[in-house]
Amino acid sequence: MTSRSAVQEKADERGRFGDFGGRFVPETLMNALSELEAGYREALADESFQQELRRLLAEYSGRPTPLTLAENLTRITGGARIYLKREDLNHTGAHKINNTLGQGLLAKRMGKKKLIAETGAGQHGVASATVAALLGLECRVFMGEEDVRRQRLNVFRMELLGAEVVPVTSGTRTLKDATNEAIRHWVSHVEDTFYLIGSVVGPHPYPEMVKMFQRVIGDEARVQLLEREGRLPDEVVACVGGGSNAIGMFTAFLADEAVGLTGVEAAGEGVDTDRHAATLTKGSPGVLHGSLSYLLQDEDGQVLPAHSISAGLDYPGVGPEHAYLKEAGRVRYTIATDREALEAVRALSRAEGILPALESAHAVAEALKVAADRSTSDVVVICLSGRGDKDVESIRQGLEGMLHESD
Amino acid sequence: MNRIDHAFQRESRGHRLIPFITAGDPNKETTLDLIRLLDAEGVTAIELGVPYSDPLADGPVIQAASDRALAGGMTLAGVLELAREARQDGVQTPLILFTYYNPVLRWGPASLVKAAFDAGFDGFIIPDLPLEESGELDRIAQEAGLHLIPLVAPTSRERIRAIVSTRRGGFIYCVSSLGTTGMRREFADGIESFLDEVRRQSTVPVAVGFGISHPDHVKRMTEHADAAVVGSALVKRVESLGERLKQSESRPQALDEVRRFIRELSGRDVPATSGK
Repeated sequence: MTSRSAVQEKADERGRFGDFGGRFVPETLMNALSELEAGYREALADESFQQELRRLLAEYSGRPTPLTLAENLTRITGGARIYLKREDLNHTGAHKINNTLGQGLLAKRMGKKKLIAETGAGQHGVASATVAALLGLECRVFMGEEDVRRQRLNVFRMELLGAEVVPVTSGTRTLKDATNEAIRHWVSHVEDTFYLIGSVVGPHPYPEMVKMFQRVIGDEARVQLLEREGRLPDEVVACVGGGSNAIGMFTAFLADEAVGLTGVEAAGEGVDTDRHAATLTKGSPGVLHGSLSYLLQDEDGQVLPAHSISAGLDYPGVGPEHAYLKEAGRVRYTIATDREALEAVRALSRAEGILPALESAHAVAEALKVAADRSTSDVVVICLSGRGDKDVESIRQGLEGMLHESD
Repeated sequence: MNRIDHAFQRESRGHRLIPFITAGDPNKETTLDLIRLLDAEGVTAIELGVPYSDPLADGPVIQAASDRALAGGMTLAGVLELAREARQDGVQTPLILFTYYNPVLRWGPASLVKAAFDAGFDGFIIPDLPLEESGELDRIAQEAGLHLIPLVAPTSRERIRAIVSTRRGGFIYCVSSLGTTGMRREFADGIESFLDEVRRQSTVPVAVGFGISHPDHVKRMTEHADAAVVGSALVKRVESLGERLKQSESRPQALDEVRRFIRELSGRDVPATSGK
């Protein structure tokens, strides 16, 4: 049933997926990355580590997450059956916890007592603070000053969990600069600090490691779908900022050439404007935050600011494996605008009583188009990466803005 | 012979100093004046920093300088042009292009090496391009007679041997402390023995930088290294003199203050009234 695929699934010894990936960091960090890689490979091979991670995923986070048939949405759309992989039902409200539990356990195993993390919307920050509290580690979260302002409630949540939130005032004061600052801090404190990266970005081995901790999403979805439908999906759709939920979902199906894979980037106010975060669609190869991937940049190689209504997709880079999968032609990357995401939030909320995160709404927007074009015997799976509670204020403002426009 | 190799063979008029300045801060004319000044002061080499949007190896002082230079329109092409003009003016001091890797990649490594050579540069420092990723650029640079200066950190340990063994010229840049560029009170524990170790393993000179801001630092560090890099402290000086450097009537005096600082750092006598 599964055909052999030529797609490379693991980073090579230089940490490359095809031409992408690698380690573009200050020399100070190079030994730390080698130690991390060794520690991570040992942990993977250690059954007791795997057992502890499985136990926490099940008992603490609530895995496996359900696979929900969106019956009403399917009927309204009139095409393929639409399933939702419910990462929104994880503890802390998104897929981010899969990775933070994995890296948190690894940090502890490696004897590190201090975690640092960067966050945009706050979901990864909250997940990191949560795991730090659970495992008894210190936690410091770098967050752009602009995002601190936009996501006050998540800042408070992190502080409540015992983390220190450090507002970053350099550059665009958003996720990109929070990441720069986290790397700077790591360079200064590399000997006792574990940097918990929140997506499939950064220097090797992060993209591969985060993918390993996120592949539980796709592995579960595959089993669940085979049980329910007795077959594989025709199309799997996920949103892509850095791209961790998408990689987690896609990995289980990469070798199945009959399964279409679609990654959806944020087109913000449109890819014809400069207010978007469509890195793979509009960017070009470049180096940011330690790896070679696609990047929004100008002709001089200066990194351009990204924009999306979703703070979690508001990032000018993307994971290197996505760049590889794009060039290999295995995954189709497309876009959804702020407006389409807002409409998808409303559609899913009204049809199914599920309020998706604005990030996930980008995947929903595209999946509805895909499903409508397909026959009723086809199956489309959406990775519903997170819940929308954190975004209610942005959604309210966005929808009100749309109402004004149509006045 | 590459000018950097020549400079390390030359007798020095004080402690060997490698100043860093951000190109275009506060403007192009001032950068050119500063290059001429540093050349006249006999520094060992000049690092000319290309302003970048995401300078993750730099601390706040150089980040801010980078922002100012970008806001003033400085580009990589502009930095090459600055070097060309300096050479036309007769500047002989080695010039090192300090840049992050993304602009190099965007430009194209081979054509950038050629452009840098044509402009009069002698080498590159690329803080986010470690040994494992530097093979291609290093090869192209060596073929053109330019040196890619590698960085070695206190955390490098067993990597030191591999890093220094690829060098045929130029120097090794030792990072004096963990962290980003910036002025510091303290250096890494065991900094002297770290420098001695690198020196023992290296067949090319060893320079030390990150955090060196005071004449005493320069003196202490150059007992264990062949040169000291001063970046943030000088950039900070340029920042505080920014407005005076921009105005033609106050510029000579402001440049004189920079000159005095350079002489202090290099441990040379500072005349009561220097220059004009």
